[in-house]
Order: sequence, then structure tokens, then C-alpha cells
Amino acid sequence: MTAVRCVDLCKTYHQGEEKIKALDHVTIDIVEGGFVCLSAPSGGGKTTLLNTIGGLDKPDSGEVYIAGRRIDNLRKGELAELRLRNIGFVFQAFNLIPVLTARENVEFVMQVQGVAAAERGEQALEILQEVGLAGLEDRLPADMSGGQQQRVAVARAIVSHPALVLADEPTANLDSKTADGLMELFCELNERHKTTFIIATHDKRVMSYAKRLIRMLDGRIVDDIEQNAT
Amino acid sequence: MHMFAILARLAWRNLWRNHRRTFIMLAAIVLGSWAMIFMTALMRGMVTEVIKDGISALPGHVQVHHPKYRDDPSVANLIPIPDSEMSAKFAAAGLKGWASRVRVPAVITSEYDSRGVTLLGIDPERERGLTFIDYDEIDGRFLESVDDPGIVIGRKLARTLETEIGKRIVIMSQDPDNEIADRGFRVVGLFTANVTAFEEAFVFAGKSTTQKMLRIGDRTSELFAVGDDYRNVDAVYSQVTELVDAGVEVKSWFELDAYLGTMLKVMDGFLLVWVIVIFLALSFGLVNTLVMAVFERVREIGLMLALGMKPRNILGQIIIESLMLLTIGLVIGTALAWLAVQPIKEGIDVSIVAEGMDMWGMSSVLYPELLLRDVILANVVVLVLGFFASLSPAWRAAHYEPVEAITKV
Repeated sequence: MTAVRCVDLCKTYHQGEEKIKALDHVTIDIVEGGFVCLSAPSGGGKTTLLNTIGGLDKPDSGEVYIAGRRIDNLRKGELAELRLRNIGFVFQAFNLIPVLTARENVEFVMQVQGVAAAERGEQALEILQEVGLAGLEDRLPADMSGGQQQRVAVARAIVSHPALVLADEPTANLDSKTADGLMELFCELNERHKTTFIIATHDKRVMSYAKRLIRMLDGRIVDDIEQNAT
Repeated sequence: MHMFAILARLAWRNLWRNHRRTFIMLAAIVLGSWAMIFMTALMRGMVTEVIKDGISALPGHVQVHHPKYRDDPSVANLIPIPDSEMSAKFAAAGLKGWASRVRVPAVITSEYDSRGVTLLGIDPERERGLTFIDYDEIDGRFLESVDDPGIVIGRKLARTLETEIGKRIVIMSQDPDNEIADRGFRVVGLFTANVTAFEEAFVFAGKSTTQKMLRIGDRTSELFAVGDDYRNVDAVYSQVTELVDAGVEVKSWFELDAYLGTMLKVMDGFLLVWVIVIFLALSFGLVNTLVMAVFERVREIGLMLALGMKPRNILGQIIIESLMLLTIGLVIGTALAWLAVQPIKEGIDVSIVAEGMDMWGMSSVLYPELLLRDVILANVVVLVLGFFASLSPAWRAAHYEPVEAITKV
């Protein structure tokens, strides 16, 4: 079944007099359990596509479907609900809420979802252990390294088992060892829970983990290949 | 409930992210609420004293008169029912306090000067504690019975007339036949009043002595009764109305002295205006603090929206933050105001300006009055207005576009 479907997406940004085509008639289908990397140079449109799929940005034209439901015409509140229940996000930077501890950050989405305190506490501890942050649960983001913060963000994105995880340059601030560890975790989740991953990156090592690699340039898909993940 | 818990947690922690700014804003709220409540207590005390002094000069909460007495308070308009008959009814009614008295305009003359005064022929035992005269603070002695031959005048009047205890003065008025009614009295006591104007306006003689002088037999000018609370006189008014017949007029204190009556309402309105004015001054700081707090947190607000928090939850978070700040400030400000009132509860001597205050019927001692309802009014008004003041920054935060907010530098 199709997890994500984008039909003829167009999006243009205006910078003064200049028009920048971030998405130029983009059409893709991503199946459930897919592990997709979007690769493009800076300004190539990968973050815009990711944000459009995640309901954070609206296309100028075209349609976006998540699990068969059209989302590009939903209202703000409906999009928020969709993101809360169906999508996990990992952003490149500024991923955590600074006044919450690691555990509270992981619990945040579940708490907004209305999960009972005991259940979410247990799940948060479990997932923090899984991402290698056992013992750091009560640290504030300011007291953690960039890699540790990113792992907390990943834990938050996957803790409630969303059908779709969107990650924008998740390894950008990580050393190679931590980056590999994170990608292996993504692969394991993808295998175990059939979670669909869409990762925007220009890191070749990250691309090597993908089952499908979509290359973009100036808002257009220039290459879309299935590959054997490492 | 779970949503409120997380919003409250976020609001509380965000409040203390910038300690200095929060403490400065808190100091402003504490100072504002302290000033609001402390000054309210002083003003309320001042007005209450004016009203109580006014009621004690009337005196009583409810009065009975001849229907024409208020237009012409002379001996021609006495209560048409004999005093003994009225007194018997009132004595049997179980009222908290009551007395009948003769009250006529008169002229008092010493060997040096003369003045217009109000002559009060009273029953000293029955009036004890019901009027502005404190029997224990009299120089000399107060009247001892209804047929006491002496007279008690105010200290200030004694100075004006250049008379003193033991000297004789003459009181002159009119009898019902429009003949001069006069009598010599020996000054037996000098009274002091909170409102010095009373010391020049009233002189006290025995009721029977006065009735004999005016040749009015067993008749009086007024009868008054007091209830438990001057703010609520309905019960005593109904009781008195049932005791008298239609030939007399029954009036409550706020009808008898419209100025005093409106003071209570004016005071309530003034307090509301006062609280709002103080809040308006505070609101600039409050809104500025919230705008700064929101501006500093644009990216994390964007993050929360991106993760699925609804705009209304962001709105709630900012409003909760504002209400927390106001609540802490109000609690401390109210506590400080209460503490500030304690040492001056027994009264502040403002005699240095008493001459001026006297013109307004105010006494030279101010008794702050901290009423629970005034404290509640001030706190509720600030919280309600604070809620509305924080709507603008909260609304702005709730309507960020997540994708723009999250990438804001």
C-alpha cells in the first residue's frame, strides 16, 4: 500500500524579484515500509518536499496523500492532529524543547496524544535505552552533546511508532560512529515495525542505507533508483 | 487534564528561563498590587470613618420624624405621638439600640459671644454608645439623667464663647407658640469629637429639661434606632416601620444624608477605577515581557507546532504563563499589603492635616480597613484584565507557521 503519494507538486519561493522553484512538478509514490533518501544539493528542494509531505508547508499546486488521505487541503488543526498521530519528525537542528529533560522531550508527543503517565514513562525510558542514552534521562538539552540531543530527537520521533518518519539531515551534527549507529537504528525500526522513513540528506553514507534513492535538482526529480541497502 | 499539565509545566519552566526579566516584572506586579490593596484599605477606612461619623451625628441607622421636620427642623414639627407611648413600643420591640430626643435650632450665649447651635435634649443613659460622644472622654462630666440641669458643649465652642466648666451660658430657642424659650445652664462638661465641626455644632442637655424649656410636654423631635450593620439596614427599617403609624416619616441614614449614602457607591466605583488604572500601568510591562518571551522562543514554538501541538495549546501556554506571573505577584503583593496594614490598624494620626480634612467631615485619625471583597475585587480584576492583555502575544505565538518559525534565526 502507498504510504505517501505526491502528485505534480509545485512550490515557488520569492526572494525579492527572484523566483526560486523549490518543487517543480514533483510526482512520487512511496510504499509502506519504504526507506527512502532524498538527495539534493542545498536549495535543491529536498527540505521543501519533506515539509510538504509532513504538512508543514503547502504546495502552490498539486496533491499530497498520506496513507490514502489527501492532506494538502487540510486546515491547521487537522494537520497538527495528522502530524501528532501519524508522523515522527527529526529536524537538522534545534530539535528539542530546552526546558524539558531528555525523558520529558521523548514523552512530549505521547503526552500531547493523551497517553497515560505510567505508560509513556515506561516507553520513554525503553526507547532512550535503545538509542543509547540510558542514564541521561534527566538531563536538559543544554547539558547534552549535539549527538545525544539528536538521539533524543530520534527517540521522540519513533517512540509512539508513527507510520511515517521524516528526517531532515538527521546526521548533520553527528560524528561518523554516532551517525552509523543512528542509521542502523532507523533500519532496524524500518524492518521491525515497517515504519516508512523518508530522509533528506546529502551524506553519501546515509544514502547507502536507503532502499530507494531519489535525487533532486532545482526542485525536480532527476533520478529515482531502487538499491540494495548496506 | 494531561494537556493542562504539560502546558503548565512548560509555562512554569519558561517563566524562570530569564530570571532577571521575570523578577523585574514580578517586582512591578508586587508593587502594583501592594499599592492597589494598601491604598484601597486606606481609602476604604477613610470613607468608612466619614460614614460612621456621619451616622453617629445623625444619629442611628433609621430615624422617625414628623413628616415636615426635615424641611423645617423646628419645635413646630415634633413627632405627633407622645414620647412615653412611642418609647413603650420601642422598648418592647427588642431593638439593638434606640433613643428619642429633642432636636431644635438654638442660640447659645456666653458673656462674651453667641453662636447658632443645634440643641439636643437627650436621655444620656439610652444614648450611651449610640452617638459620637464618648462619655469617658468628657472634661468634667456628661449628663447624668433626662432632667440634669447642666449642659455639655464642645471644646471648640467653649473656646469660641470663651467659657469653661462651671460657667453659665444661656440657650435661646422658640416654643410652639413662637415665643422665646430660653434658659440658663451651667456648663458641666466639654466633649471632644473626631470631627471638630461637631464640637461647634451641637450642645447636649437633659431631655426633660429641654422639653420643659421649650414647653412641649411629653413630645420629641426624633426617634432613632440602630441595627447590626450600617451597610444593611433593611431589617431595622422594617421593624421601626411596623412600630409607628402612618402619621410619621421613617427614613434610613442614606436617605437622611444623601451625601453619605452616595459615598458608599462612589467608593465602590472609585476602587474599580483605581484598580484598573494601576493595572493599565502594569499591563505595558506584562505585554512587553510576554512579547519578548514569545520572540525568544519562536523556534521552539514552531517545533511544538510541527510535532502536533495545536495552536490553541500554544495560546493556552502563553496565557497560563501570564496568569502564573500575575498570580505570584498578586499573592506576594496582597500579603505585603496585609502586613503593611497590621501596624497601623489602630489608626494613623493625621492631625497635622486634620483642619483641612475636617472640611470634608473626616476625623483626624485614619483607620485602614482591609475588606476581603476589596482584595478579591483587585485580584480578580487584575487576573481578568491580565488574561485579555496576554491574548495578543499569545495569539501571535499560536499563529506562527511552523516551517517558518522552526527555521527562524
